[in-house]
Amino acid sequence: MAQATSPPEVAEQAVRTRRYSSDAAGLGRLRAGAFVAPALLLVAAFLVFPALWVLYLGLTNYRLTGAAAAEPQFVGLGNLIDAVVNPEFWSSTWLTVEFVLGSAVIGQVGLGFTIAWLLRDRRGPLKRLVEGLVILAWILPSAIVAFLWVALLDRDAGTLNALLHTPGYAWLLDHPMLSIIVFNTWRGTAFSMMLYGAALGNVPPSHLESARLAGASGWQQLRDVVFPHIRGHILTNLLLISLWTFNDFSPFLLTAGGPDGKSEVLAVHVYKVALQSGELGTGAAVSTIILLINLVVAVFYLRLLRSKK
Amino acid sequence: MAAIELRGLTKVYPGGVKALDSLDLTVPDGEFFALLGPSGCGKTTLLRTIAGLETATGGAVVIGDRDVTGVQPGGRDIAMVFQDYALFPHMDVTDNIAYPLRIKKVAKAARRDKAAEVAARLGLEHLMDRRPGQLSGGQQQRVALARVMATQAQAFLFDEPLSNLDARLRLEARTFLKKLQRELGVTTVFVTHDQAEALAMADRMAVMEAGHIRQIGTPAEVFQRPANTFVAGFIGSTPMNLLDGTVRGDTLDVAGFEVSVPVSAEGRLSDGEKIVYGVRPEYLAYSAEPAKGALSGRVVIVENLGASHLVTLDANDVTVQAVVPEGSEPAIGDTGHAVPRRDRALVYRDGELV
Repeated sequence: MAQATSPPEVAEQAVRTRRYSSDAAGLGRLRAGAFVAPALLLVAAFLVFPALWVLYLGLTNYRLTGAAAAEPQFVGLGNLIDAVVNPEFWSSTWLTVEFVLGSAVIGQVGLGFTIAWLLRDRRGPLKRLVEGLVILAWILPSAIVAFLWVALLDRDAGTLNALLHTPGYAWLLDHPMLSIIVFNTWRGTAFSMMLYGAALGNVPPSHLESARLAGASGWQQLRDVVFPHIRGHILTNLLLISLWTFNDFSPFLLTAGGPDGKSEVLAVHVYKVALQSGELGTGAAVSTIILLINLVVAVFYLRLLRSKK
Repeated sequence: MAAIELRGLTKVYPGGVKALDSLDLTVPDGEFFALLGPSGCGKTTLLRTIAGLETATGGAVVIGDRDVTGVQPGGRDIAMVFQDYALFPHMDVTDNIAYPLRIKKVAKAARRDKAAEVAARLGLEHLMDRRPGQLSGGQQQRVALARVMATQAQAFLFDEPLSNLDARLRLEARTFLKKLQRELGVTTVFVTHDQAEALAMADRMAVMEAGHIRQIGTPAEVFQRPANTFVAGFIGSTPMNLLDGTVRGDTLDVAGFEVSVPVSAEGRLSDGEKIVYGVRPEYLAYSAEPAKGALSGRVVIVENLGASHLVTLDANDVTVQAVVPEGSEPAIGDTGHAVPRRDRALVYRDGELV
């Protein structure tokens, strides 16, 4: 009879569930928690705490030097109002939008996709050379890259002026935004190129061939086969690149925000307000606004991603 | 509708692999033609070269009266069903079927009408708003067929059209596809690695090996009279017995047994010559009693084929297989005698049919 053997089995099962959890790794909450705790602590110490600290600083009149540095006073939304009233903040915001649209959305995504598309079927030295050069621009340290670009664009001894036979032309002064947009496009295209290279590898060849047999042109193949297939990649790429570029500080290394604030993107603006003028409270308030803008951008892209079906 | 003609078609891949070696082939208007061969034999390359997806290294592809060797795939007026069907996942069934018409700038209303008409013919009318992801494998295959039919192309190309279906559905689809092709009357070339599929569906077929066509013929010709030992070994759901032998006067010595000369080889053999004797397991009459001209040996394996059994004999250390009807199968260890049918056995000299 079945009953004779059933009860011990149940008891044994109960013991087993206590020993091994039913989750995929068989760890249970406690042990799993112990595994991730060190990582969570690091994240808390270096990401969550500074972020909260900035939020708090934004509500005080904390300064780099002087009486307010020793005993900051709580000023509520005063800093936020100061920051928003400042016309430099709005010009910086607008410049940042230009910077993001120009160097990230059009520059890096456009150029990265174009290179990936042109190299998709290629093998051999040409592909490796192009990829190598593009990736080199990405992995060099910012300080070195900035030095190279200053050397390229320098008014008197710059390589570009020598090439174009336009001695004395001050690129960084006459076209500061164009300079940092081209610079950042050059610097960051590798990421998009590699991401699209991988994404294009996932487009089934038979779908492209099917479109070709129907007589689809290159553009029609992109529109009807490639873009629908890599839509998720495009959105993820746009999200990451927009946020990175929005918070990018490296334009400072080229133009220091100048001349006359003409290339002072928000990251540079915060630096100037908080560290050069010493108004840490106001700088923190601007940072809070940047954080909010980042959140809005992220939510916008994630919504688009989710509406996939 | 149009005939397809290949003249001296050669395809060499970068790196020197010769996928097609100077092939000549004519597929008459309206024929259902199979390209059969083991993987890597060049059959898919041949199909893709006809489609224009691969450029020929040499030779010509003629569709109808037009030399299309240098023409882009879209300009060849042909349509293709891919192994994975290549349906666009973001488009519904209507848009998928009408896609080639959209590229040809047919008006939207006319496109929808054509798609609906073709879909109705394939029993897809209730699925028109679905996406490919919401369809079963069989339905996806019919959508791919509908897309091909909507183009009204000169010729259809099918790349392993049945291989993504499960076994049961494959048999249904085989019958369906053959009936459809017959009704449409469009010249169709299809690729398969499954000899049963080629035999069942094709009007004529080509068996390929290493970039060469080894035999062209109707399924009956290819099955009954394989032109060489490669085709003989490849065609048939139970492989043909290919046994080394020697001509001894008016008879053959095969594995130490005296076997009579097949009808097809009578008067064409000379004494003492080395040959390969071929006979399908279906054409061996098995019996437990000794018989004249039989290949005899111990029963080693008995495999159940359903309505019959495949019996493997060890005849003087040579393996001979015979099909035995159900009910009379021997036990392992028995001694069996298999007499070849003289009108069906074949003789190969240097690998070619005598």
